[in-house]
Amino acid sequence: MNIGGTLVVQAIGFAIFIWFTWKFVWPPIDLAIETRRKKIAEGLAEAEKGKAALADGERQKSLILKEARDQAGEFKALNEKQAQSLIDEAKAQAKLEADRIIAAAQASAATELQKAREQLREQVAVLAVAGAEKILKREVDAKAHADMLNQLKAQL
Amino acid sequence: MASYKDPTDYITHHLTNLQVKVSDGWMINVDTIVNSFLLGCLTFGILWLVARRMTSGVPGRLQAAIELLIEFINGQVKEVYHGKSTLVTPIAITVFMWVLVMNSVKLIPIEPLAWVTHLFAPYWRPVPTTDLNTTAALSLSVIMLVVVFSIRAKGIGGYIHELFCTPFGANPLLWPFNFAFQLIELISKPLSLALRLYGNMFAGEVIFLLIGMLGAVGVGGVLVAGLLHAGWAIFHILVVALQAFIFMMLTVVYLSMAEEHH
Repeated sequence: MNIGGTLVVQAIGFAIFIWFTWKFVWPPIDLAIETRRKKIAEGLAEAEKGKAALADGERQKSLILKEARDQAGEFKALNEKQAQSLIDEAKAQAKLEADRIIAAAQASAATELQKAREQLREQVAVLAVAGAEKILKREVDAKAHADMLNQLKAQL
Repeated sequence: MASYKDPTDYITHHLTNLQVKVSDGWMINVDTIVNSFLLGCLTFGILWLVARRMTSGVPGRLQAAIELLIEFINGQVKEVYHGKSTLVTPIAITVFMWVLVMNSVKLIPIEPLAWVTHLFAPYWRPVPTTDLNTTAALSLSVIMLVVVFSIRAKGIGGYIHELFCTPFGANPLLWPFNFAFQLIELISKPLSLALRLYGNMFAGEVIFLLIGMLGAVGVGGVLVAGLLHAGWAIFHILVVALQAFIFMMLTVVYLSMAEEHH
């Protein structure tokens, strides 16, 4: 075993290699790794932000959807109500019209009846007079017996 | 191909360094230095090439692999070291990567490697971390850094105060004991670091050589040796990485302890 000269040379070599590594090898590698680490961290942060934005959008979407659904429901209910009220109104009008028509018909029928009754009365009076004439074999003075005839008419 | 007298000769031959005498008492292990520097230049050269073309966008395959490794080391450092120094991660990267590639030479079968190295050298120990010089150089550098970190964090006065007043107390009667304790710590740390790595790597290499010697028995021996070698090498993938990791972790722990106030 011979310790000495070789040891010194090896120590010098070691010192040179440490210096070389410290000066030329380590800094660029460290820089690159740190830069990449930073990039990855930024990327992850961005992804996190994107995820949050997505969740936010999702929430907003469901909110808007719900609102729209509510509104649609309201519209529908309102429409139904309006339609119902239109139908009701139409029904009421129709009933009114029908009533009016019925009333008019009834009124006109009553007048007809009245008229027919009047005519009948006249004719009965004439018939009665004619019958009386025939019975009495003489002309009844219509003027002289007008009062009587009228009384008869009223009695019918 | 070389021939050997006996098993001991075979093992010692493969674990002998190619030495060059610089001056009296100063021998240089050329193989250790050349191998470790070549591997270091290759490793940190590749790291540098990747670092230069680093992109913070989608990484290429090589960049992704290196990032994974560097991020792993940096994660370990951040877990242990909470100080401000930007030097700790580069130190950890250097220790881990260098030790890892130096250890990994073990996974190349030693005998075929020797055929190549015998072409230009009588001895060539391929794994630099099986040379105590390398592991001791690393651990002594680490302990020097620990002292530097301590002084930088606490000031020279604060560090000297710590040397004499911890862990037992500030009473002047306890100063010698404190200092002795701290001295033991200062010596045991690099010693254990260096010996652990060296011991693991050296022992592993010896076992590889012992397995390789089975090949001398004959065809059956070669087959058994091949199987055993494969098994031991697969196991050593773990040891190689684990020892590099332990060395790095202890380095980081020692550096972070250096900045802590007692």
